[in-house]
Amino acid sequence: MNRVVVTGLGCITPIGNTIEAFRSSLFTGATGIAPFPPYPEAPGPTQGLRFTQTAAVKDFDPAEHLASGIIAATDRTAHFAIVAARQAAQQSGFLDHHDKDNIAIIVGCACAGRQSEETETIKLYGRDARVHPLTVTRTMASAGASHISIDLGITGPVLNISTACSSATHAIGQAFHMVRHGQVTAAITGGHEAPLTFGFLRAWDSMRVVSPTQCQPFAANRDGMTLGEGGAMLVIETLESAQARNAPIYAEIVGFGMSADAHHITQPAPEGATNAMRKALKDARASIDGSADILDQVTYINAHGTGTQANDATEAAAIHQLFGSLAPHIPISSTKSLHGHSIGATGAIEALATILALHEQQLPANAGVTELDPTLNLDVILNTPRHSTQNIALSNSLAFGGLNAVLALRRF
Amino acid sequence: MEDIAKRCIEIIAKAKAIPEDTITLESTFDQLNADSLDKINISFEVEEAFAIEIPDDALGSIKTVSDMVDGVKKLVAAKSSPSITTP
Repeated sequence: MNRVVVTGLGCITPIGNTIEAFRSSLFTGATGIAPFPPYPEAPGPTQGLRFTQTAAVKDFDPAEHLASGIIAATDRTAHFAIVAARQAAQQSGFLDHHDKDNIAIIVGCACAGRQSEETETIKLYGRDARVHPLTVTRTMASAGASHISIDLGITGPVLNISTACSSATHAIGQAFHMVRHGQVTAAITGGHEAPLTFGFLRAWDSMRVVSPTQCQPFAANRDGMTLGEGGAMLVIETLESAQARNAPIYAEIVGFGMSADAHHITQPAPEGATNAMRKALKDARASIDGSADILDQVTYINAHGTGTQANDATEAAAIHQLFGSLAPHIPISSTKSLHGHSIGATGAIEALATILALHEQQLPANAGVTELDPTLNLDVILNTPRHSTQNIALSNSLAFGGLNAVLALRRF
Repeated sequence: MEDIAKRCIEIIAKAKAIPEDTITLESTFDQLNADSLDKINISFEVEEAFAIEIPDDALGSIKTVSDMVDGVKKLVAAKSSPSITTP
């Protein structure tokens, strides 16, 4: 069984389009949540929406990175995927050291080419216009994975995973297990999503789970999530290969757990999240010498923390179920308060935040919260990052439909 | 008809994100680094601009900007003169 380490990072996010910019925003608490400009499809000041803010990627021009033919054939979500993967591959330098047939690409994307789909549908239904001949390639959910493969010449297993808000975490977990068990020697893994269309916003608005203010995870007055977009990619490989080539090592992935609530399509049940965290830590024991209980080694949780009443209360209950008397003392934050909730990408952006936290021994703070919900009884990091000589961190993803995925990462 | 050439060059320039003055009627799509995806995209934009439909069998024979402009001219003319059949 191989130990698996992270040797490359890349991102296009609402809080930075490079790792350095992301890192700076993460630790200074510079939020990417901002008012969005009006959608031309929708006249009127409110646009029929109860909320006015999203977490959009800023200052990203695909023409600076991609050939015109690729841009024509792809949706914005694939642009994030390709560019973030390139960053991670370049930083890692792993491509020259692994057989391209022995590298996997496992990414999460739940909403597929949403903008292209909506643009063409408006034309079609609105004026019976012709549909662009590249609409199919733009709207395939697996397009991002394929384009990373084409762009970097990787010929091993390539998969897209779609499990709503857990997609990227499931993807990273699968890639981790593939490298750990020797199916491949390295992988590019993460997630990407560009869902901020008018139709998507209206659909979420109708569910009444989006904050009319902004995402304030674990706050007493939390009133919902903030939708976002972006992409983050990791290069992971065996510890042996990373050390042999003197690669930079940002963190070790030690465990992955997944579960289903089998309960309700939107209402989470704490037992499911508890189960996924328990499995991630059990899996981590296989990576770590000895088989002793490692609950007390968890020194940070990057929460799913959407900022909805239901999620945050359920996630807190799950942490208490698993950790018992330790629960109130484990530092926790939800970085969605900075980068929003980018559905299929969010798990990758949060894994990136967790990896940087481990690497830099700083725990990112929960932004935008003035008063914590005392009933949750958690040690939520507020206002400024907290120094920590951490050991193991968990990154939780708890999706609609009760699909839970949890990564356990360790400082290396 | 000169307007057709000008409009085609505008469309190609926008699709390729290159200045219009780098494109001439003699330019080949290979010289413009237009790959198969660019060609599909440009053909669609031209069809939209002139409300025409380029026949499937004609797409493969378009090698230069001039080829495209000539084809568009014929299709536009055919559209405005019902007695002339589409080439």
